[in-house]
Amino acid sequence: MRVIVVGAGEVGRAIATNLEQSHDVVVIDRNEETVEELTYSLDVLALRGDGTELETLREAGVEQTDLVIACTDSDETNLVVCGSVKTVTDAFTIARVRRRTLLETWEGAQSAFGVDFMVCTDLLTAQAIFRICGLPAAQDVDMFAGGLVRMAEFHIRPESPVANESIQEADRYDSLTFAGIFRDDELIVATGETVIQPDDRLVVIGSPDSVAEFAADATTAPDDDLDEIVIIGGSEIGYQAALEFESHGYSPRLIEQDPDRARELAEALPDTLVLESDATDLEFLAREHVDEADVIVAALDSDEKNLLVSLLGRRLGVDRTIAVIENLEYADLFQRVGIDVAVNPREETAEEIVRFTRTRRAEKVVMLEHDRAEVIEFEVDADSALLGDSIEEVVAELPDGVVVGAISRGGKRITPRGTTVVQPGDHVVLFVDARVLEEVLEAI
Amino acid sequence: MRRLHVDWRAGSSLVGTILAAVSLSFVVPIVVALVYGETDLWVFVASAILTAVVGLALRRLDPDPDPGAREAFFVVAMSWLLVAVFGAVPYVLAGNGSVAHPVNALFESMSGFTTTGATVMEDISFDTHSRSMLLWRQLTQWLGGMGIIVLAVAILSQLAVGGAQLMEAETPGPGVSKLTPHIAETARVLWIAYVGLTVLYIALLYAAHLLGYAPNMDLYNAIAHGFTTLPTGGFSPEARSIEAFSPLVQWLVVPFMFAAGVNFVLWWHVISGDWRTLLRDNEFRLYLGVVTGLSIVATVVLFLSTLETPETGQIGGNLERSARYATFQIASVTNSTGYANMDFDAWSGPAKAVLLFAMFVGGSTGSTGGGIKVLRWLVILKTFRRELFTAIHPDAVRPVRMNGRVLDEEAVRGIYAFTLLYLVIFFVGVALFAIDAARVGFEIELLDVISASIATLGNIGPGLGTVTGPMGGYVDFPTSSKLLMVCFMWIGRLEIFPVLVLLTRAYWQR
Repeated sequence: MRVIVVGAGEVGRAIATNLEQSHDVVVIDRNEETVEELTYSLDVLALRGDGTELETLREAGVEQTDLVIACTDSDETNLVVCGSVKTVTDAFTIARVRRRTLLETWEGAQSAFGVDFMVCTDLLTAQAIFRICGLPAAQDVDMFAGGLVRMAEFHIRPESPVANESIQEADRYDSLTFAGIFRDDELIVATGETVIQPDDRLVVIGSPDSVAEFAADATTAPDDDLDEIVIIGGSEIGYQAALEFESHGYSPRLIEQDPDRARELAEALPDTLVLESDATDLEFLAREHVDEADVIVAALDSDEKNLLVSLLGRRLGVDRTIAVIENLEYADLFQRVGIDVAVNPREETAEEIVRFTRTRRAEKVVMLEHDRAEVIEFEVDADSALLGDSIEEVVAELPDGVVVGAISRGGKRITPRGTTVVQPGDHVVLFVDARVLEEVLEAI
Repeated sequence: MRRLHVDWRAGSSLVGTILAAVSLSFVVPIVVALVYGETDLWVFVASAILTAVVGLALRRLDPDPDPGAREAFFVVAMSWLLVAVFGAVPYVLAGNGSVAHPVNALFESMSGFTTTGATVMEDISFDTHSRSMLLWRQLTQWLGGMGIIVLAVAILSQLAVGGAQLMEAETPGPGVSKLTPHIAETARVLWIAYVGLTVLYIALLYAAHLLGYAPNMDLYNAIAHGFTTLPTGGFSPEARSIEAFSPLVQWLVVPFMFAAGVNFVLWWHVISGDWRTLLRDNEFRLYLGVVTGLSIVATVVLFLSTLETPETGQIGGNLERSARYATFQIASVTNSTGYANMDFDAWSGPAKAVLLFAMFVGGSTGSTGGGIKVLRWLVILKTFRRELFTAIHPDAVRPVRMNGRVLDEEAVRGIYAFTLLYLVIFFVGVALFAIDAARVGFEIELLDVISASIATLGNIGPGLGTVTGPMGGYVDFPTSSKLLMVCFMWIGRLEIFPVLVLLTRAYWQR
């Protein structure tokens, strides 16, 4: 498939990297140096030019292209790119926007602006923050099959009851599948004999209830309910996160230093307590009892500041710290020194976009640990390799590194066992090692 | 051209236009006088001609007026003053009873147009006054209810441009909500809702009469009360006010008095089939809550009292009567209607205290009710809550919201300024009325003085006490006090600022 990516920022680059092997990728960017650098670092065709101009698009071969992804930093540019593409071809267009109001307009009239799919980066990040907050000790949480199936990644501490147990021993939860383990830089696809070690990151897939039960049991996180949420930083992500919490009935607190922005936020968020202060002011934090928060979300405009306030929160005794980290390289480091969860806006965006590049259109794609493994959901059709025999036999024919996490059939969840037989129309949630991803995608 | 001084010619011309338009309303008493064959016919014909002539003469001062923001205050304040002056002419010309005295006539006329409902008529009966005269008195309230400026904007194409400013100056509550792009259309919408409710009300009253449930409520009375209920006026051609009618009529009046205190924009929504806007409105909910709450309190107080009336007998211990008198009186006083279904001056101390409290509430913004208005209290209560909250969280940023929308801090300050000024004027009034009474040796009680001040400033009408009570009258006050009350009614109706602005030096200079 031929794909044009307009804008070689972090998102564009992440998408191009993900697609370079399996597709013909053309990247358009206005910056000469970026184009030069891309030409040598990635196996893609990099072009210099303005993606809103038809001439540039033609040069990139827009007429033979199946998918155009507009992910520059400007919302308007992205919309114009999609509109321009639609004047000459029917290629599927994806636009990345920051402003939520644009997304709402688009949702109200699908294919408005000539956009076939719109991704709102900050909203996706805010939604990820909300999902992760809802599950104690989770590092990553996602929903599949319309909410029937939940995937979560947990950090297993030494005190956890499942630490040093084999998967077989730990398997005492109804409708829960242990999919894989991340140990340092290694990915282990779970088998019955695999032993869960302290400091592993364990990926489980199952019903929302069983995942929550496992979270409460196996992680030693304080199990009290989430009611004190403190968001630090009134950036667009901080605002969207507060909105997300509000819409689920929570009343978070939001700390913003700039008086005008604080006022603006207070006006826009009726159920949020907006506090105008410097979040690193210890006296203020003590006065507002921030130490008693169940979770703090650091959404300031720099990764370093987010690390600082997270560490500060940690020292005060906050149960959990979630930070927005833009730079992927920092994410691991920061998680190691004290942030419980680092949420990366680009990764959230890339997940949404990548699923459109799959030849068999996946219903949903979640990348784990910077795409070392993926959890994908797709609908099984008549010529899938998964059909016919029991799962045990089918999986044996697939490359190593695949786990069937869950199946939903006619809106009901089925816990996959070795003897289960997949039927056409089933929605299957698979955990796949990224190294064998292409092979698996081919087969299924 | 930018003007550095107020263009009083343009202003006067517009006042003249409005006056000429108002002169047309004399048609109603003229028709009534013809129907009943009354000699007051010539009184109204003469008044109409005089008003029209003066109005048209003023209009000639500037054939093509171009009013600005400054002129709006002038036009509004002067229109109300002159309309009241010319509305007083028939009382003087007819020469019957106490209102024949020019000051009393002006008082009665101002009380009518401002929908205050305080009266200086000593004898309210057809023996002293003609039916056409008493209906004119009722009609002044109906004209003043929705506002003569709103009426003028609705019917005079000349006011299409400056209309929004004029309407804003007439009802300076927090903002005229334009329902439609054209201000004249908004004014028309408000008047249609007003006329519609009035017609419905008259029809119900007369239907009750035809069905035999309201012996005294003949067509004349139905129309007369229709003219004064929806403008929250309070005048009645019956000396005993609503007490003269059956319990059914009294119960029927309550919801319409209540409705008159609700923002008419909301009624327009209801007429267009949208109840939710009404039910979700913060001001309406507080207004409903206050009226319901005070009614319950007053009902309990009356039920526990040993109060009796000569007409209906024991009130205390009788739930229907306690509820009827309490609900009626609270609904009447809260939004400044001023009807009485009994002499509430006879109520016990606690019950009167509840009524005095209700006098300070007022109607809703955009309603015909007077007083401080519910919205202002709501904003003040919300800022109180914010103060308490920020005492605990000093860094919290808390905007004040009204119907979910954020209220500008400047508007909040304006509301505080208004309320404080209102209370200051009220206290000054209490002092001045007391001093004036002492000057002429007029025996009066404190409660009378207090309620004279609030009842005229808040356009309520009857107060508490033997003199100002519902069965008393303001006629015994010294002439100087009555003139002051005329001013109070005037500035109270226009919500203080348009009149006070005219008294500042800055207004006349530049």
